[in-house]
Amino acid sequence: MSEHIVQPRVYITIFLALMVGTGLTVVAAFYDFPGPLNAVVALTIAVIKATLVVLFFMHVRYSGRLIWLVIGSAIFWLAIMFALTISDYWTRTWFAPM
Amino acid sequence: MPEGLATTHEHASHPALRHHFENMEQQREAGALGMWVFLVTEIMFFGGMFLAYTLYRAQYPAAFVSASNHLDITLGAVNTGVLIVSSFTMAMAVWSTQVGRNRTTIICLILTMILGATFLGIKAVEYHDKYNDHLIPGRLIPSRPFSPEVAQPGDTDKHKLHLIEGANVHNVELFYWIYFAMTGMHALHMIIGLGIMTVILIMAWRNKFSPEYHAPVEISGLYWHFVDIIWIFLFPLLYLLGRHLEGHIG
Repeated sequence: MSEHIVQPRVYITIFLALMVGTGLTVVAAFYDFPGPLNAVVALTIAVIKATLVVLFFMHVRYSGRLIWLVIGSAIFWLAIMFALTISDYWTRTWFAPM
Repeated sequence: MPEGLATTHEHASHPALRHHFENMEQQREAGALGMWVFLVTEIMFFGGMFLAYTLYRAQYPAAFVSASNHLDITLGAVNTGVLIVSSFTMAMAVWSTQVGRNRTTIICLILTMILGATFLGIKAVEYHDKYNDHLIPGRLIPSRPFSPEVAQPGDTDKHKLHLIEGANVHNVELFYWIYFAMTGMHALHMIIGLGIMTVILIMAWRNKFSPEYHAPVEISGLYWHFVDIIWIFLFPLLYLLGRHLEGHIG
Protein backbone atom coordinates (compact mmCIF):
# COMPACT_ATOMS: atom_id res chain seq x y z
CA MET A 1 0.00 0.00 0.00
CA SER A 2 1.51 3.31 -0.99
CA GLU A 3 1.48 6.33 1.24
CA HIS A 4 -1.43 8.77 1.05
CA ILE A 5 -0.40 12.40 1.29
CA VAL A 6 -3.04 14.43 3.14
CA GLN A 7 -3.32 17.86 1.53
CA PRO A 8 -2.97 21.09 3.56
CA ARG A 9 -6.56 22.15 2.84
CA VAL A 10 -7.75 19.00 4.66
CA TYR A 11 -5.54 19.93 7.63
CA ILE A 12 -6.88 23.50 7.60
CA THR A 13 -10.49 22.25 7.54
CA ILE A 14 -9.84 19.90 10.48
CA PHE A 15 -7.99 22.65 12.35
CA LEU A 16 -10.96 25.04 11.95
CA ALA A 17 -13.40 22.31 13.02
CA LEU A 18 -11.32 21.70 16.18
CA MET A 19 -11.32 25.42 17.02
CA VAL A 20 -15.09 25.66 16.51
CA GLY A 21 -15.52 22.57 18.70
CA THR A 22 -13.47 24.19 21.46
CA GLY A 23 -15.60 27.35 21.28
CA LEU A 24 -18.81 25.31 21.32
CA THR A 25 -17.83 23.27 24.35
CA VAL A 26 -16.97 26.43 26.34
CA VAL A 27 -20.28 28.11 25.43
CA ALA A 28 -22.27 24.92 26.12
CA ALA A 29 -20.65 24.58 29.57
CA PHE A 30 -22.52 27.69 30.82
CA TYR A 31 -25.96 26.44 29.74
CA ASP A 32 -27.92 24.54 32.35
CA PHE A 33 -28.99 21.43 30.42
CA PRO A 34 -31.43 19.06 32.17
CA GLY A 35 -30.00 16.15 34.17
CA PRO A 36 -26.56 14.84 33.22
CA LEU A 37 -26.74 16.38 29.74
CA ASN A 38 -23.93 18.89 30.45
CA ALA A 39 -21.45 16.01 30.80
CA VAL A 40 -22.93 14.23 27.77
CA VAL A 41 -22.59 17.36 25.58
CA ALA A 42 -19.01 18.06 26.77
CA LEU A 43 -17.90 14.47 26.22
CA THR A 44 -19.61 14.17 22.84
CA ILE A 45 -17.76 17.25 21.57
CA ALA A 46 -14.47 15.93 23.03
CA VAL A 47 -14.94 12.53 21.36
CA ILE A 48 -15.71 14.18 17.99
CA LYS A 49 -12.60 16.39 18.29
CA ALA A 50 -10.39 13.42 19.25
CA THR A 51 -11.80 11.37 16.35
CA LEU A 52 -10.98 14.16 13.88
CA VAL A 53 -7.40 14.32 15.19
CA VAL A 54 -6.98 10.53 14.97
CA LEU A 55 -8.52 10.17 11.51
CA PHE A 56 -6.86 13.11 9.76
CA PHE A 57 -3.90 14.54 11.72
CA MET A 58 -2.77 11.00 12.58
CA HIS A 59 -3.64 9.66 9.10
CA VAL A 60 -5.67 6.71 10.40
CA ARG A 61 -8.37 7.37 7.80
CA TYR A 62 -5.75 6.37 5.19
CA SER A 63 -3.98 3.65 7.20
CA GLY A 64 -4.14 -0.12 6.90
CA ARG A 65 -6.42 -2.48 8.83
CA LEU A 66 -3.66 -3.43 11.24
CA ILE A 67 -3.58 0.14 12.62
CA TRP A 68 -7.39 0.12 12.95
CA LEU A 69 -7.16 -3.19 14.82
CA VAL A 70 -4.57 -1.79 17.26
CA ILE A 71 -6.71 1.30 17.98
CA GLY A 72 -9.84 -0.84 18.27
CA SER A 73 -8.09 -3.03 20.83
CA ALA A 74 -7.19 0.06 22.88
CA ILE A 75 -10.82 1.20 22.95
CA PHE A 76 -11.97 -2.35 23.76
CA TRP A 77 -9.64 -2.76 26.75
CA LEU A 78 -10.38 0.74 27.97
CA ALA A 79 -14.09 -0.13 27.84
CA ILE A 80 -13.45 -3.31 29.89
CA MET A 81 -11.55 -1.34 32.53
CA PHE A 82 -14.29 1.30 32.81
CA ALA A 83 -17.28 -1.06 32.59
CA LEU A 84 -16.10 -3.61 35.15
CA THR A 85 -14.83 -1.05 37.67
CA ILE A 86 -17.89 1.20 37.41
CA SER A 87 -20.26 -1.78 37.66
CA ASP A 88 -18.53 -2.69 40.92
CA TYR A 89 -18.83 0.80 42.49
CA TRP A 90 -22.35 1.26 41.15
CA THR A 91 -23.78 -1.96 42.60
CA ARG A 92 -21.97 -2.02 45.96
CA THR A 93 -24.86 -0.41 47.83
CA TRP A 94 -27.53 -2.60 46.23
CA PHE A 95 -27.10 -5.52 48.63
CA ALA A 96 -25.86 -3.68 51.71
CA PRO A 97 -26.79 -5.44 54.98
CA MET A 98 -29.93 -3.90 56.50
CA MET B 1 18.58 -14.07 -10.42
CA PRO B 2 14.73 -13.99 -10.56
CA GLU B 3 13.22 -10.74 -11.76
CA GLY B 4 11.27 -10.08 -8.53
CA LEU B 5 14.42 -10.03 -6.41
CA ALA B 6 16.17 -7.67 -8.74
CA THR B 7 13.49 -4.98 -8.30
CA THR B 8 13.60 -5.48 -4.53
CA HIS B 9 17.27 -4.62 -4.54
CA GLU B 10 16.69 -1.54 -6.62
CA HIS B 11 14.35 -0.25 -3.89
CA ALA B 12 16.90 -1.18 -1.24
CA SER B 13 19.23 1.52 -2.47
CA HIS B 14 18.01 4.14 0.04
CA PRO B 15 20.68 4.57 2.77
CA ALA B 16 18.03 4.75 5.56
CA LEU B 17 16.57 1.32 4.68
CA ARG B 18 17.38 -1.29 7.36
CA HIS B 19 18.32 -4.72 6.00
CA HIS B 20 15.38 -6.56 7.62
CA PHE B 21 12.80 -4.59 5.61
CA GLU B 22 11.79 -5.26 2.02
CA ASN B 23 11.45 -1.60 1.10
CA MET B 24 11.02 1.91 2.50
CA GLU B 25 7.22 1.66 2.50
CA GLN B 26 7.23 -1.49 4.60
CA GLN B 27 9.74 0.08 6.99
CA ARG B 28 7.61 3.21 7.36
CA GLU B 29 4.42 1.23 8.03
CA ALA B 30 6.16 -1.01 10.58
CA GLY B 31 7.40 2.11 12.40
CA ALA B 32 3.94 3.65 12.50
CA LEU B 33 2.46 0.38 13.78
CA GLY B 34 5.07 0.20 16.54
CA MET B 35 4.27 3.76 17.57
CA TRP B 36 0.54 2.97 17.70
CA VAL B 37 1.19 -0.04 19.93
CA PHE B 38 3.14 2.25 22.27
CA LEU B 39 0.28 4.78 22.18
CA VAL B 40 -2.13 2.00 23.24
CA THR B 41 -0.07 1.55 26.43
CA GLU B 42 -0.25 5.33 26.90
CA ILE B 43 -4.03 5.27 26.45
CA MET B 44 -4.31 2.59 29.15
CA PHE B 45 -1.97 4.58 31.44
CA PHE B 46 -3.95 7.81 31.16
CA GLY B 47 -7.16 5.72 31.13
CA GLY B 48 -6.50 4.66 34.72
CA MET B 49 -6.40 8.31 35.80
CA PHE B 50 -9.53 9.15 33.81
CA LEU B 51 -11.24 6.24 35.58
CA ALA B 52 -10.17 7.52 39.00
CA TYR B 53 -11.52 10.94 38.04
CA THR B 54 -14.87 9.42 36.92
CA LEU B 55 -15.37 7.40 40.12
CA TYR B 56 -14.55 10.23 42.51
CA ARG B 57 -16.53 12.78 40.54
CA ALA B 58 -19.56 10.46 40.78
CA GLN B 59 -19.02 10.12 44.53
CA TYR B 60 -18.39 13.78 45.39
CA PRO B 61 -20.11 15.82 42.65
CA ALA B 62 -20.56 19.02 44.69
CA ALA B 63 -16.91 19.18 45.79
CA PHE B 64 -15.71 18.49 42.25
CA VAL B 65 -17.92 21.26 40.84
CA SER B 66 -16.66 23.72 43.46
CA ALA B 67 -13.01 22.81 42.85
CA SER B 68 -13.42 22.81 39.07
CA ASN B 69 -15.02 26.27 39.08
CA HIS B 70 -11.96 27.65 40.85
CA LEU B 71 -9.78 26.84 37.81
CA ASP B 72 -9.15 29.64 35.30
CA ILE B 73 -11.40 28.83 32.34
CA THR B 74 -9.78 31.51 30.13
CA LEU B 75 -6.26 30.13 30.56
CA GLY B 76 -7.59 26.59 30.05
CA ALA B 77 -9.40 27.53 26.84
CA VAL B 78 -6.44 29.51 25.48
CA ASN B 79 -4.17 26.53 26.17
CA THR B 80 -6.57 24.25 24.32
CA GLY B 81 -6.34 26.58 21.31
CA VAL B 82 -2.53 26.72 21.58
CA LEU B 83 -2.31 22.91 21.50
CA ILE B 84 -4.69 22.63 18.53
CA VAL B 85 -2.61 25.15 16.55
CA SER B 86 0.52 23.18 17.48
CA SER B 87 -1.09 19.97 16.21
CA PHE B 88 -1.88 21.77 12.96
CA THR B 89 1.72 22.99 12.52
CA MET B 90 2.90 19.44 13.33
CA ALA B 91 0.62 18.01 10.65
CA MET B 92 2.02 20.60 8.21
CA ALA B 93 5.57 19.54 9.17
CA VAL B 94 4.70 15.97 8.14
CA TRP B 95 3.12 17.17 4.89
CA SER B 96 6.12 19.32 3.97
CA THR B 97 8.54 16.38 4.39
CA GLN B 98 6.25 14.21 2.27
CA VAL B 99 6.51 16.72 -0.58
CA GLY B 100 10.19 17.46 0.06
CA ARG B 101 10.00 21.08 1.27
CA ASN B 102 12.66 20.96 3.95
CA ARG B 103 12.59 24.70 4.77
CA THR B 104 8.86 24.53 5.48
CA THR B 105 9.46 21.47 7.68
CA ILE B 106 12.00 23.37 9.76
CA ILE B 107 9.68 26.39 10.15
CA CYS B 108 6.72 24.16 11.12
CA LEU B 109 8.79 22.24 13.68
CA ILE B 110 10.03 25.48 15.27
CA LEU B 111 6.45 26.83 15.42
CA THR B 112 5.28 23.57 17.00
CA MET B 113 7.98 23.84 19.66
CA ILE B 114 7.20 27.51 20.39
CA LEU B 115 3.51 26.63 20.83
CA GLY B 116 4.39 23.67 23.06
CA ALA B 117 6.55 25.91 25.23
CA THR B 118 3.74 28.49 25.35
CA PHE B 119 1.38 25.81 26.63
CA LEU B 120 3.83 24.90 29.40
CA GLY B 121 4.31 28.58 30.28
CA ILE B 122 0.57 29.15 30.68
CA LYS B 123 0.35 25.91 32.70
CA ALA B 124 3.10 27.23 34.99
CA VAL B 125 1.11 30.46 35.54
CA GLU B 126 -1.91 28.37 36.52
CA TYR B 127 0.12 26.21 38.91
CA HIS B 128 1.49 29.37 40.51
CA ASP B 129 -2.04 30.74 40.98
CA LYS B 130 -3.00 27.51 42.75
CA TYR B 131 0.10 27.84 44.93
CA ASN B 132 -0.91 31.39 45.88
CA ASP B 133 -4.42 30.19 46.81
CA HIS B 134 -3.00 27.35 49.00
CA LEU B 135 -4.51 24.71 46.72
CA ILE B 136 -1.48 22.43 46.26
CA PRO B 137 -2.86 19.17 47.75
CA GLY B 138 -1.51 17.48 50.85
CA ARG B 139 2.03 18.44 51.73
CA LEU B 140 3.45 18.24 48.22
CA ILE B 141 5.08 21.55 49.11
CA PRO B 142 5.86 21.07 52.80
CA SER B 143 6.00 24.79 53.59
CA ARG B 144 2.56 25.33 52.04
CA PRO B 145 0.07 22.57 52.92
CA PHE B 146 -3.39 22.47 51.38
CA SER B 147 -5.35 25.16 53.26
CA PRO B 148 -7.57 27.30 51.00
CA GLU B 149 -9.66 30.10 52.46
CA VAL B 150 -13.35 29.27 52.14
CA ALA B 151 -15.55 32.16 51.00
CA GLN B 152 -18.61 33.10 53.04
CA PRO B 153 -21.93 33.61 51.19
CA GLY B 154 -21.83 36.99 49.41
CA ASP B 155 -18.04 37.07 49.28
CA THR B 156 -16.86 37.34 45.66
CA ASP B 157 -13.08 37.10 46.24
CA LYS B 158 -11.83 34.91 43.36
CA HIS B 159 -8.89 33.63 45.40
CA LYS B 160 -11.15 32.06 48.00
CA LEU B 161 -12.79 28.70 47.55
CA HIS B 162 -16.52 28.97 46.78
CA LEU B 163 -18.21 25.80 47.98
CA ILE B 164 -21.60 24.88 46.53
CA GLU B 165 -24.14 23.08 48.69
CA GLY B 166 -22.98 19.65 49.85
CA ALA B 167 -19.27 20.26 49.12
CA ASN B 168 -16.54 19.94 51.71
CA VAL B 169 -12.92 21.08 51.57
CA HIS B 170 -11.52 17.57 52.09
CA ASN B 171 -13.06 16.34 48.83
CA VAL B 172 -11.97 19.52 47.02
CA GLU B 173 -8.44 18.45 47.98
CA LEU B 174 -9.12 15.08 46.29
CA PHE B 175 -10.03 16.94 43.09
CA TYR B 176 -6.73 18.81 43.25
CA TRP B 177 -4.76 15.56 43.73
CA ILE B 178 -6.36 14.30 40.52
CA TYR B 179 -5.94 17.67 38.78
CA PHE B 180 -2.21 17.85 39.52
CA ALA B 181 -1.62 14.15 38.73
CA MET B 182 -3.34 14.38 35.36
CA THR B 183 -2.15 17.81 34.20
CA GLY B 184 1.30 17.03 35.66
CA MET B 185 1.62 13.79 33.67
CA HIS B 186 0.32 15.63 30.62
CA ALA B 187 2.89 18.41 31.09
CA LEU B 188 5.64 15.79 31.48
CA HIS B 189 4.56 14.32 28.14
CA MET B 190 4.74 17.82 26.61
CA ILE B 191 8.30 18.25 27.94
CA ILE B 192 9.31 14.86 26.48
CA GLY B 193 7.59 15.92 23.23
CA LEU B 194 9.71 19.09 23.11
CA GLY B 195 12.81 16.90 23.53
CA ILE B 196 11.71 14.68 20.63
CA MET B 197 10.98 17.76 18.49
CA THR B 198 14.49 19.06 19.20
CA VAL B 199 15.99 15.83 17.80
CA ILE B 200 13.68 15.91 14.75
CA LEU B 201 14.52 19.59 14.16
CA ILE B 202 18.26 18.83 14.17
CA MET B 203 17.69 15.94 11.74
CA ALA B 204 15.66 18.22 9.45
CA TRP B 205 18.38 20.87 9.74
CA ARG B 206 20.92 18.29 8.52
CA ASN B 207 18.69 17.44 5.53
CA LYS B 208 18.01 13.89 6.69
CA PHE B 209 14.41 13.80 5.45
CA SER B 210 12.97 13.35 1.99
CA PRO B 211 9.71 12.14 0.40
CA GLU B 212 11.20 8.60 0.56
CA TYR B 213 12.33 8.84 4.18
CA HIS B 214 10.32 10.84 6.71
CA ALA B 215 9.15 8.19 9.18
CA PRO B 216 10.76 9.94 12.22
CA VAL B 217 8.73 13.12 11.54
CA GLU B 218 5.54 11.13 11.10
CA ILE B 219 6.03 9.01 14.22
CA SER B 220 6.93 12.01 16.39
CA GLY B 221 3.80 13.66 14.99
CA LEU B 222 1.70 10.71 16.19
CA TYR B 223 3.08 11.24 19.70
CA TRP B 224 2.43 15.00 19.58
CA HIS B 225 -1.17 14.53 18.40
CA PHE B 226 -1.75 11.92 21.09
CA VAL B 227 -0.71 14.39 23.81
CA ASP B 228 -3.09 16.91 22.21
CA ILE B 229 -5.95 14.38 22.42
CA ILE B 230 -5.33 13.83 26.15
CA TRP B 231 -5.76 17.59 26.65
CA ILE B 232 -8.91 17.62 24.48
CA PHE B 233 -10.44 15.39 27.20
CA LEU B 234 -8.77 17.03 30.21
CA PHE B 235 -10.03 20.52 29.37
CA PRO B 236 -13.80 19.84 29.54
CA LEU B 237 -13.50 17.33 32.40
CA LEU B 238 -11.36 19.49 34.67
CA TYR B 239 -12.38 23.04 33.70
CA LEU B 240 -15.89 22.93 32.26
CA LEU B 241 -18.16 20.40 33.95
CA GLY B 242 -20.13 22.30 36.58
CA ARG B 243 -19.68 25.83 35.16
CA HIS B 244 -23.45 26.15 34.86
CA LEU B 245 -23.67 25.82 38.65
CA GLU B 246 -21.22 28.66 39.28
CA GLY B 247 -23.87 30.96 40.77
CA HIS B 248 -25.22 28.33 43.19
CA ILE B 249 -23.01 29.13 46.18
CA GLY B 250 -24.10 27.16 49.25
